[in-house]
Amino acid sequence: MANLFKIAIRNLMRYKRRTMLTASLVAIGVIFVLLFVGVTGSFKSMMTGQMTDSMLGHIQIHRKGYMASIDNLPLTMNMKSQAVKKLETTFQGMPEIESWSPRIKFGGMFSSFTETTNIRLNGVYPEMEIKTLPLFASRITEGEKTVRKGAIVIPELLSRGMKVNVGDTIVVIANNKDGSVNGKQLRVSGIIESITGPGGRDGYVHIEDAMEILRMEESEISEIAIRLKDFGRVHAVHSALTAMLAGEQNKQGKPVFEVHTWESLTPFYNVVRMIDIMTIFIKIMLIAIVLISVMNVMIMAVYERIREIGTIAAIGTLPGKILSMFVIEGFLLGILGAVAGNVIGIGIIYILKAVKITFDFGRQTGLVLSPEVALQDILMISLIVIVVAVLGSLQPAFKASRMEPIKALRHV
Amino acid sequence: MELMKAANIVKDYMVGEVAVRALNGLSFTIDPASFVSFVGPSGSGKTTLLNLIGCLDKPTGGTLTVAGTDVASLDRRQGAVFRGNNIGFIFQDFNLLPVLTVYENIEYPLLMVQSVPAKEREERVMKLLDAVGMLEQEKKYPDQISGGQKQRVAVARALVTKPRLVLADEPTANLDHKTAYMVIELMKKMRDEFGTTFIFSTHDPKIVGEAEIVYTLEDGQISGRQEKGGSDRG
Repeated sequence: MANLFKIAIRNLMRYKRRTMLTASLVAIGVIFVLLFVGVTGSFKSMMTGQMTDSMLGHIQIHRKGYMASIDNLPLTMNMKSQAVKKLETTFQGMPEIESWSPRIKFGGMFSSFTETTNIRLNGVYPEMEIKTLPLFASRITEGEKTVRKGAIVIPELLSRGMKVNVGDTIVVIANNKDGSVNGKQLRVSGIIESITGPGGRDGYVHIEDAMEILRMEESEISEIAIRLKDFGRVHAVHSALTAMLAGEQNKQGKPVFEVHTWESLTPFYNVVRMIDIMTIFIKIMLIAIVLISVMNVMIMAVYERIREIGTIAAIGTLPGKILSMFVIEGFLLGILGAVAGNVIGIGIIYILKAVKITFDFGRQTGLVLSPEVALQDILMISLIVIVVAVLGSLQPAFKASRMEPIKALRHV
Repeated sequence: MELMKAANIVKDYMVGEVAVRALNGLSFTIDPASFVSFVGPSGSGKTTLLNLIGCLDKPTGGTLTVAGTDVASLDRRQGAVFRGNNIGFIFQDFNLLPVLTVYENIEYPLLMVQSVPAKEREERVMKLLDAVGMLEQEKKYPDQISGGQKQRVAVARALVTKPRLVLADEPTANLDHKTAYMVIELMKKMRDEFGTTFIFSTHDPKIVGEAEIVYTLEDGQISGRQEKGGSDRG
């Protein structure tokens, strides 16, 4: 085998310029894919992080049917404290769960005494919310970075539209689930920046204030946002939770809870999917580049060496060995292109990281692009290149191995 | 016992839709350690005959036995194995592999065809390098040596597997007369040293004189047989 490699390397070195050109083409393909994967991956993970760490959490649990009517924020679909306790006991038994945050979601009227508008509010335990959404506090651009009792954090659009600032007193009026109206005077303690997606323009109050406004004697929770220790385990934990909670059924024998990953809670997931699909297409382009360039160069190599093939076949080289010689050449071309592409690609990614390119997303500006490629991606791209290079050399190699020595020797 | 036996062999080629008979009922035998030449004008069937003996082609009719094997019965793989073990080839254009050194070219059949252990390989290659006078050129590549030297390397490569038969199709056609004569002398010396049968084709009358048995081919038929120090048979 070592000798086959030696001969293949020398044959590649024999046409240095051609080998370099082909390897360069393969390398350019690899660089392009690495950059695409790195940049879009960075964008994807950053935006996913923004969504999950500042608003959604990794997983959410609602009472069955709540999500279908979430636009109305129905108070009648809240989970009772007994159900919440059951859920909390379940969470405590799952080491993958880092934290959770129960929320009461409701709609109401927001009055600055001179103007009134509607508002969507989340009643939260601030410590639990901040632990579950590590970016929550950083979204509060003005005022206190928490939600205290007797205070309200309002979305910046509302602040601007109603000309309400930190320290002002406002009134929140809401219907409870029986239809009676109640109001509470609150102090604006912070302004929270709006972000893209559902819930991105909600205000926040302390959960006890929410209970008071809604005249709840005991807490009824609209949703529980969950944060996992390892984001990569989202689907596994989702499946486990779904299986565990499937046993919880109401009198009609239907499940009580519904479990959602962040993916089904935000339309941004479609962008993520689109990026993934684009990545697949980019990889298909890479396959085409490698296949065409390696096949082309190997067809030329076989054509140029017909008499040599005839000679080695005549002196007794078995067809399988002739096939191996050419396949190894393709394999080495793939390795050369993959190594060069990876080295240059990773180099460019490091440079891009060092340069700290910024971009805007929705209303968020100055986000720093931080491209990164996982070792798994590098290995996968390299494997694709090498396998496709081998496949590209198979047809010419097969042709060489099937050549009649007598015809090959006559070739001029 | 003879090394090879041809009995009424016929070879037809299709040129378009017309069958052309290249060999027409050839019968002859060749003994081991012979130094045999086939001569004749272009198109007389010399190369076709050598191709058949070398298992590179199959006869249309008749029987051709080489080293006790009916070569027409061998498939592609069996043919390759048979050639690798029994037949050495010397080509008109030398056909050395340009990416291998002189040493590696000679070593190639031992390495890639016969899988001979390294130590024995080295011994055999060095012995032949010495025998063909190319010891000092062993590290050179084919494009760094002369035509005569290339053919000496080709002779060594043909002999390194210890074949029973070496076939040389016009081995001196691309060499000047002096070098051609030296190559034939070398082949003869190798025959004497290793007891290998040499069969070569040529149209050079001076080279023909070096063969011990000369078959003359005309229009695909043997028109004469001449044995040095022996009788002529037409």
